[in-house]
Amino acid sequence: MNEANGVSRREFLCAVAGCTAAAAGSCVDVTHTPFFRERLRELTPDELGAIVARLADSYRERYGRDFEIGTEPAQDGVEFAYALDLSRCVGCRRCVHACVEENNQSRDPEVQWIRVLQMDKHKGIDFAHATPYYDPETVPEPGHFYVPVACQQCRNPPCVKSCPTGATWQEEDGITVIDYEWCIGCRCCISACPYGARRFNWADPAVPDEELNTRTHVLGNRPRPRGVVEKCTFCIHRVRQGLYPACVEACPTGSRKFGNLLDPTSEIRYVLEHKRVFVLKAELNTLPRFYYFYGT
Amino acid sequence: MTTHGTFGHFVVGSLREVTRGGLLYWGWIAGLLVLVGLGFVAYLGQLDDGLQTTSMRDQVSWAFYIGNFTFLVGVAAAAVLVVIPAYVYHWKPIKEVAILGELLAVASLVMCGLFVMVDIGRPERAWHLIPGLGYLNLPSSLLAWDVVVLNSYLALNFVIATYVLFSLFRGRQPRGWIFTPLVLLSIPCAIGIHTVTAFLYNGIPARPFWNSAILAPRFLASAFCSGPAVLLMVMQLLRRFTRFEIRDEAIWKIAELMAYAMFVNLFLLGAEVFKEYYSSTEHLIHMRYMFTGVDGKTSIVPYMWLSIAASVAAFLLFLVPWTRKNVVTLNLGCLLIWFGVYVEKGMGLVIPGLTPDTLGEIYEYFPSRSEFLISAGIFSVGFLLFTLMVKVATPILLGEFRVTPPARPTDGATPAEAT
Repeated sequence: MNEANGVSRREFLCAVAGCTAAAAGSCVDVTHTPFFRERLRELTPDELGAIVARLADSYRERYGRDFEIGTEPAQDGVEFAYALDLSRCVGCRRCVHACVEENNQSRDPEVQWIRVLQMDKHKGIDFAHATPYYDPETVPEPGHFYVPVACQQCRNPPCVKSCPTGATWQEEDGITVIDYEWCIGCRCCISACPYGARRFNWADPAVPDEELNTRTHVLGNRPRPRGVVEKCTFCIHRVRQGLYPACVEACPTGSRKFGNLLDPTSEIRYVLEHKRVFVLKAELNTLPRFYYFYGT
Repeated sequence: MTTHGTFGHFVVGSLREVTRGGLLYWGWIAGLLVLVGLGFVAYLGQLDDGLQTTSMRDQVSWAFYIGNFTFLVGVAAAAVLVVIPAYVYHWKPIKEVAILGELLAVASLVMCGLFVMVDIGRPERAWHLIPGLGYLNLPSSLLAWDVVVLNSYLALNFVIATYVLFSLFRGRQPRGWIFTPLVLLSIPCAIGIHTVTAFLYNGIPARPFWNSAILAPRFLASAFCSGPAVLLMVMQLLRRFTRFEIRDEAIWKIAELMAYAMFVNLFLLGAEVFKEYYSSTEHLIHMRYMFTGVDGKTSIVPYMWLSIAASVAAFLLFLVPWTRKNVVTLNLGCLLIWFGVYVEKGMGLVIPGLTPDTLGEIYEYFPSRSEFLISAGIFSVGFLLFTLMVKVATPILLGEFRVTPPARPTDGATPAEAT
C-alpha cells in the first residue's frame, strides 16, 4: 500500500476511534489491539512490534502471566508439510490433548483442533460411518482403524477464498493463519472447509491461568477472543523456530511425520519418496499439504 | 417554499400520518413493538454470553439466522419483480405497485442486514467490510459480493422510493426519464441479489447439497412465490382501507404467475430429488436427513414435509381459477406459500446442507429460544418499518398528503401514470 496514504488513513482512524470506542459499549469484549488498525499481514515490522507489546500488556493484565509473543515470519526455502501413518495410529488421542495444551484451546467449552475419527476396517475411509466419539477402555478396538484430521494446510484453501474480510490467509511457508482481531466471525470459512478443521469460539474461551502456554506466536496459539475462528497452524510458534509440532512429539507410535518439503533430506521428503501417499477428498482439488499413508 | 421548509412540513405531516389510525392499526403497532422489545432483550443476552446462546455449533455453524436472511433476500428480490407483470400488462396503478415493491424491498433488506449482524461473532467489527476503511475480499469471497449487491440494491430502492414520493409530495409528477430507467435497473439487480446469495452456498464444493447448478434458479423460483405473496395481501388491505384502486384482475394475474413460479420451484426440487435418490451416491445422505432422517435423527423431517405439503396446496389453489379468485382461498394460498417457502429456505436449505458435517457427524440443530426471540424481533422491525413507510406513502400516492394540502382530493388529484 502507498505509505503516505496508509499513514493518513491510520491517523484518521485513530482520530475517530475515541468517539466510537465509547459507542461500542460495555458488552463488547476487551480488545487486545487498537480498535482501528490494518490487518496483521499489512503491518510493518515496527507496527507489528507495537501491537505485540500491547497484546502482551493486555494478557499480563488479564491472566497475570508474561507472554512471549513471537512474530517470526516465514523463512525462504521453507514449505511445511505433514504425513500421517494410518497403519501406526492407534487412536489414543494424545495428539489431541497435547495440541489443546500447547495451543491454549478453550477447556470449557472444549475446543479441539484435531479430530480423531474411528473408522470401520471393512468400509475403509468413509466419513459417513465414522465417529469421533469412541470411548473404550483400551484402543485400538478390534475391527477399527483411526484417522486423525486437522487443518490440511491446503495449497488451494477454500477458507481463504471465502473470507469476506481477508482475515485469513496462507503464509509463504504454507501455513494458513487467522488474524483474530480482524475476523468478524461470519463463519464462511467453516462452511467452506471440507475437513471440519475450523473452530468458532461460541463462548469466551476458558483456560485456567496456570495452564496457559505463554510461548506463543501472534498468528498462532496466543489467547483468542470470543466470537472468532481458530484452527491448527502446524504449531507456527514452534515450527518457525525449528521445533516439531506438539502433536508430532506427543504421538507414542511415531505415526506423525513433519518437515520442510523444499529440503530434499527432510523426513517428509523421505515419506513422499518411499511411501505411497494420498490426501483426503482429493476430488475437491484443495491440494492439501497434509498426506496420509499406510507405512506397513 | 424552501427545501428546508418542505422537509420540515414532510416530517410533521408524516408524524401525523403514522399516528393516525384505528384500533386495528394501533394493536398491530403495539404487538410489533412488544416483539421488538423482547428480541432486543434477547439480543443483549446474546451479546453478553456470545453465540453459545444459539443452538449453532461448529457442526452446524450457520442456521436459523442465515436461513431467515436467505429467505428475506428472496422477498426483497421478488417484491420488485412484481413490477414486470405490471409493465407487461399495462396495469393502471403501475407506480403504486412499483413503489410498494420498492418499500417492501427496503424493509426486507434492512431485516437481511440485521440477520447478518446478529449472526456474526464480532458485530462491532462489521466496518472491516467497508472498502477503504476495512478490507473487502473481492473478487474471491462471495459474501463480499453479497455485501456489495445487497447494499447497492438497498440504495437503489431507497432512492427510487424517495424520489417518487418526495416529488409527489411537492406536487410534481416524477419525471419518467428518471423513474423508468431506475425501476428497470432495479429488475436485473433484483435477480442479481438472489443469484449472488445462491452462489454464496452454491460455490462451496465441501457441501454437496448446495453445490448444485440449479440452486440459483431454485432460489429465484421460490422467491417469485414468497415476495408477491406479501404484496398480494398488502394490496388487498390497501384496497379495503384506502382509496387505492387495484383491480381484481391485477391480483388474480399475480396469483396466476405465482402458480407458475411454484410449479417451476417444485419441478426443480423434483429434479434434485431424482438426481440424488436415483444416483444414490454418498451425497444422498443430506437429502435423506431432510426427508426421512438418518439414524433416528429426524428433528427437521416433519417441517420439510409440511413445507412441501403447503407449497403443493398453494400451487393447486393458485392454479385453479375459482380458488385463485376467491378471497378466502387466495389469502390462504398466500399464507401457505409464505410458510412453504419460509421453511424450505429457512430450515430446508441451510440445515441439511450442513448435516451431516464434512466429517460425517450428525448434530441435530433446532433453534434456541433466544434465536426465536431475536428473529421475531427482527421480523417485527421489518414489518414495523414497512407499515410506517406504507402509511406515509399511501396518502402521498393518492395525492392526499402534499406540501400544500389540496382542499379535498378530486378526481384530478388521483395520480396519473408515470410512464
